[in-house]
Amino acid sequence: MEKHISAPLSNDTIQNLHSGDYVYITGTIYTARDAAHKRMYEALENGNKLPISLENQIIYYMGPSPAREGRPIGSAGPTTSSRMDKYAPSLLDLGLKGMIGKGKRNQAVIDSIKKNQAVYFAAVGGAGALLSKCIKSSEVVAYDDLGTEAIRKLEVENFPVIVIIDSEGNDLYQTVMQK
Amino acid sequence: MREINVTEITNQIKEMCIEGNHYLSSDMKEALYSAYEKEESVIGKQVLGQLKENLDIASKDMIPICQDTGMAVIFIKVGQEVHFIGGSLEEAINEGVRQGYTEGYLRKSVVKDPIYRENTKDNTPAVIHYEITTGDKVEITFAPKGFGSENMSRVFMLKPADGIEGVKEAIITAVKDAGPNACPPMVIGVGIGGTFEKCALLSKKALTRSFNEEAKEEYIRDLEKEMLEKINSLGIGPGGLGGTQTAFKVNIETYPTHIAGLPVAINICCHVNRHVHRTI
Repeated sequence: MEKHISAPLSNDTIQNLHSGDYVYITGTIYTARDAAHKRMYEALENGNKLPISLENQIIYYMGPSPAREGRPIGSAGPTTSSRMDKYAPSLLDLGLKGMIGKGKRNQAVIDSIKKNQAVYFAAVGGAGALLSKCIKSSEVVAYDDLGTEAIRKLEVENFPVIVIIDSEGNDLYQTVMQK
Repeated sequence: MREINVTEITNQIKEMCIEGNHYLSSDMKEALYSAYEKEESVIGKQVLGQLKENLDIASKDMIPICQDTGMAVIFIKVGQEVHFIGGSLEEAINEGVRQGYTEGYLRKSVVKDPIYRENTKDNTPAVIHYEITTGDKVEITFAPKGFGSENMSRVFMLKPADGIEGVKEAIITAVKDAGPNACPPMVIGVGIGGTFEKCALLSKKALTRSFNEEAKEEYIRDLEKEMLEKINSLGIGPGGLGGTQTAFKVNIETYPTHIAGLPVAINICCHVNRHVHRTI
């Protein structure tokens, strides 16, 4: 089913999303990948606050190529999510509601998605040029020194994703392979 | 003896970095278009449609096909009658990568140390494979490698008794484990034989072989065909979202090996299998 939703996410929106839905996201999302996750995780371990509030937010696992002049961003497709599996449950416990990436998640993440009533989306891997067209603005908001791995705040318009894991824990990658 | 100034190498590599990250070779493009025609699943076809559109946008607007513009892998075949002048060849290659990735708005994805992980900020150093050959030409292949698929690659040190069936099982295991992570439809580079590192190198080289170029041995051509059919019947499909188009091509390279061994390497590449060849 095709759905249009806005970000940050509300609980009502999440309840209506089901594994296999084709979704267009409009609104504000954040980027973070390996290095930013490691840093956020260490901040939490040391009892420090995170540089952004994660409440109801979506994190897009993405590190863009540099923007040419006059453009908000360069190529901007998803990276493999499983590398963030170690960190995702802690962030979900803090109110993170959505993740966009590509590829499988481990059982701990699936359980945490269910427990926290969140959702995991995939964008098409390797379609970074196409996806960049849906990003209207990009601003580094934390960890500037990490370069492409800094945390960015993005304004997106009709950003195309597919629901892989819904709030009930259904996993599209598993359903597809069982067919 | 033919003299070549290394600045010529720098300039060529710089151009190849930019070209390779914005345009796919015609065989790869044809494979994508044909997969789109053949795909039976609705969602799979939709993904392939997006990938076609992505290629058009990349070349038209000069936005890299994928944000992971890779670690620069360079194969350089040097004729033994060539004499390089003007400085170090290795530094010239890295300078080409540096200029290409900086001036071409490509992502800098290389960290200086695998444990401490500080970004080198210019995508150097490249991974360079030198080969000395006869003649007075220099052949360069630039093949940037993204790590979504690189991470799913495998080496198996099989026993001679495992035979061809063992090789088939190794390939299917690697592809199954890769699933959606490696951005299917994939290209599967396989190296069989040699030593531990030789088979890995063969598998990487196999990815740069044109789809129009056939393997020399008949049984390898048959094995490539059989593996492609098996992989495409796994159901993984484009984006791992289900379908019949899981791989475009299986390219296999072989080399003599030891009486006690059967090394097999499977280097998986995503649908953005980039490679640019030039001869100087």
